[in-house]
Order: sequence, then C-alpha cells, then structure tokens
Amino acid sequence: MSAESGLRDRLEGGLSAPICLTWELTYACNLACTHCLSSSGRRDPDELTTAEALALVDELAAMRVFYLNVGGGEPMIRRDFFDIVEHAVERRVGVKFSTNGTRLDAAAARRLAGMDYLDVQVSIDGADAATSDPVRGAGSYAAARRAMDHLAEAGFAGFKVSVVVTRDSVEQLDALEALALSYGAELRLARLRPSGRGVAVWDALRPTAAQNRRLHAWLVERPHVLTGDSFFHLSPLGEPLEGLNLCGAGRVVCLIDPVGDVYACPFVIHDRFRAGNVRPGGFGPVWRESALFSELRAPASPGACASCGSYDACRGGCLAAKFFTGLEASDPDPECVFGHGERKLATTRVELRPTPSIDHSRAVALGRLR
Amino acid sequence: MAPDAFDPARPWRLSPEVSLRDEPFGALAYHHGNRRLVFLRSTGLVALVRRLGEFATAADALGDLVAPSERDRYARALATLAAGELIGVG
Ligand code: SF4
Ligand code: SF4
Repeated sequence: MSAESGLRDRLEGGLSAPICLTWELTYACNLACTHCLSSSGRRDPDELTTAEALALVDELAAMRVFYLNVGGGEPMIRRDFFDIVEHAVERRVGVKFSTNGTRLDAAAARRLAGMDYLDVQVSIDGADAATSDPVRGAGSYAAARRAMDHLAEAGFAGFKVSVVVTRDSVEQLDALEALALSYGAELRLARLRPSGRGVAVWDALRPTAAQNRRLHAWLVERPHVLTGDSFFHLSPLGEPLEGLNLCGAGRVVCLIDPVGDVYACPFVIHDRFRAGNVRPGGFGPVWRESALFSELRAPASPGACASCGSYDACRGGCLAAKFFTGLEASDPDPECVFGHGERKLATTRVELRPTPSIDHSRAVALGRLR
Repeated sequence: MAPDAFDPARPWRLSPEVSLRDEPFGALAYHHGNRRLVFLRSTGLVALVRRLGEFATAADALGDLVAPSERDRYARALATLAAGELIGVG
C-alpha cells in the first residue's frame, strides 16, 4: 500500500468502513506481558456473547470489511474462538489473528491450516528466551516456538512471526528474520507504543534515536518485512516506508473491544477516544456518525509540526504515542526523528501522563507458565 | 505464477478472490490471496471493472463503457490491476 497526498486527504476524511479493524475478543490472557496494549489479564464479565459476536460478524460482512485483526487478551482462550473465526471467513471477511501461541497445539494448527482467508501471527519479543521472556513471561518463548513448530508441521504456509521492537529486540532483527525464514514464515514488526501497560515500560524499553535510525535503514532494505504501517514516524529519515504513512485512528483504523466498546485505534483504550458501543445499534452507526470520529476526520492542523519540511512524510506521527506521553495531538510525535518530540517531552511531567481508563491486569503476577 | 500481461484483446474479469467496496472517491479493492489493497479512484473505473466479465474482450468493454478520450487512461488502469492480479483472464 502507498498513497499520494490527494488520496491521503480522502482517507483522512473517512471511509464507508475501516480498512483495518481490530477486534479484541477477550480481555482474558494467561500471560502478562509488560507492554500489553490492552492491559489484559482477567476476562471481563460483560464481554460479547457468542450470539452477539456472530451477529457482529454478519454486520461487518455486510459492510464489506475486508478483514479483521483479531486479538485480545489471548483470543484462543474464548471457547467459541473457532466458531467466530469460521463464521467470518465463511463470509469472506478475512481474519488475521494474534496469539501468544500457548493454546495453539497440533490439532488447532491443523484446523487453522485448513481455513482460507486466515492469517496467524505468533508473538515473541526477541530471538531467544533470554530476550523475550523478561517482556512476555517465563516459558512464553518456548511456548510460542512450539506453536510455530505445530503450524509448520500442519503445513500452514506463511504464518507471521510478530515482534514488538524494543531496545533489546531491535538488536536481533537479523536473527528474527532468519528465525521466520526457517519456518517459511514472514516477519512482522510493530512499534512499541506507550499504551495499556506499555505506559509504564515505554521509557525503558523504547528504542533509542540511534536504534530507530538503524531500524529505518534496515526496513527500507527489506520491503518484504511487514510493519502494519507502524513506523511511518520514521519516514522523514529518508525514504518513506511501505504503507499509507498517516495516523489512521478513526479514519481507516478502529478497535472493537471485548465488551463492544469502539475506540479510535487499538492503542488508545481511553475514555477520550471511545466512540460508542456496538450493542445499541451495531457498529455501522458508531463508525459513520460518532462525534469522536467526525472530530478525528476533520482536517488536522500541522500544529507544532508546521515548520517541519517533513510534515508530508510523517503527518506528526502517532496520536496514541502523543496522548499517553502527555503531548497534544498537534505536537510532534514523542519519537520525532528530529528530536522535536523529545524536547517537548522534557517540558511535560511524567506523573501527569494520562493512564488507561480500564485495566484488566491481574492483581498478582502469574507464576510459572503451565 | 506470474500474472498475465494485460492484453486488451483477451477476456478479463474481476478475480473471484477480490472484494470490492464502494467509497466516496470510487472504490477499494482487496485481494484476499495476495493481500493487496488497491484504490480505484473514479466511479467510471469501478463500473468498468465490475462489468468487465460481461464482455468478450477488455477492448470491447472499453469501447462500450468508456468515452474515446478516456480509453487510454482506463486501459493503463486495467494494466495496473492486471499486474496486481485483481483482474485476470477468464
Ligand atoms: S516535526 Fe512533526 S512532522 Fe516533522 S518529523 Fe517531527 S513529528 Fe514528523
Ligand atoms: S494513534 Fe498511533 S497506532 Fe493508532 S492509528 Fe494513529 S498512528 Fe496508528
């Protein structure tokens, strides 16, 4: 995907349905990753029922949503996980789902391998347990690798190895690429954002400016590495990266959370960015008519980025990263490649940063992974 | 398999793997196989792509549905869609 600026204005004005719709099926998770964007752990008692979930799929199919990014929590924990996924792909709504792999045994892998319109992303946060487990929990790396083994054995071609780029994992990009390749899989990298529990670890885990420069160069040489449009804030470093290169929150992206709340994007689970709920009248009216989404689709002023010659390359970066670091929407991205964000951050107070409005983290950290 | 090069003398149609969705600017097309997302930036092009399969050749479709002054431009757009396998011979 790429888009010239005329088209980009159209996209910023909103579409009849999202291009990229994330649906978190549950807040339940058997891991407790330190950077979890949805602060998951405990199931919410108010989560959509199976009947509600299937009806939602029908509506999304009628709106011609092309595919869903299904996540959580750990989506495979839901007992109706396969019912929901199969219902979607039968209606030609593709599913890309993210899993920590702990529930992906040989039988599940075979079932997944038999489905069309389906993509699986198994998450690790480093090329070895020593790097990944401190972020995702003891035993999580080995469990994810077992899931990848199962997928490969089941003949699931081209699944994705999904990695959040941190100060540590960024030093292992070549090893991660080689690991994906060894399975015939594809590598998918995502930006670490200060969302959910990530608020607390962002300062310590985010790549340094020098690492971000190397990451950009590495990605430019590898257009086959998937990024989900994550790193467009780095585009001013030189060549624009693959993708639309704009913040799609409420315009081309949005999130439906496990209780049916609709947020502008998966990284802004906060009252400020809640557009409505699918329960009263479905998803369509929220997408088309909510006050929040109209606000986000109005032409944005470049604000503090106005004097930057690279505004067209990065459009001021990521709204979520700005919001949860206490910056204004019109400020530069906190990781602005020219350091404007860092300078602005220095004037804000860490203790005044917004915190997520809801938190399903377990009160007690998990013990060993079973 | 490399996509067929666009030859207007052959019969073309929208790939069965493609979902098409109308948008204010034209339409969005998504190919479920190669995961390509393509913007069709005029309603004329969308109508042409939708009805392509009704004609014996792409040239016939262009002749019937598109004004003469626009045909080259639309043929180039079809060639791009063919390269992305959004339309195929069939
Ligand atoms: S000043 Fe703004 S537009 Fe320029 S690179 Fe930084 S964040 Fe992007
Ligand atoms: S807020 Fe950030 S993560 Fe969300 S759509 Fe915008 S750029 Fe992407």
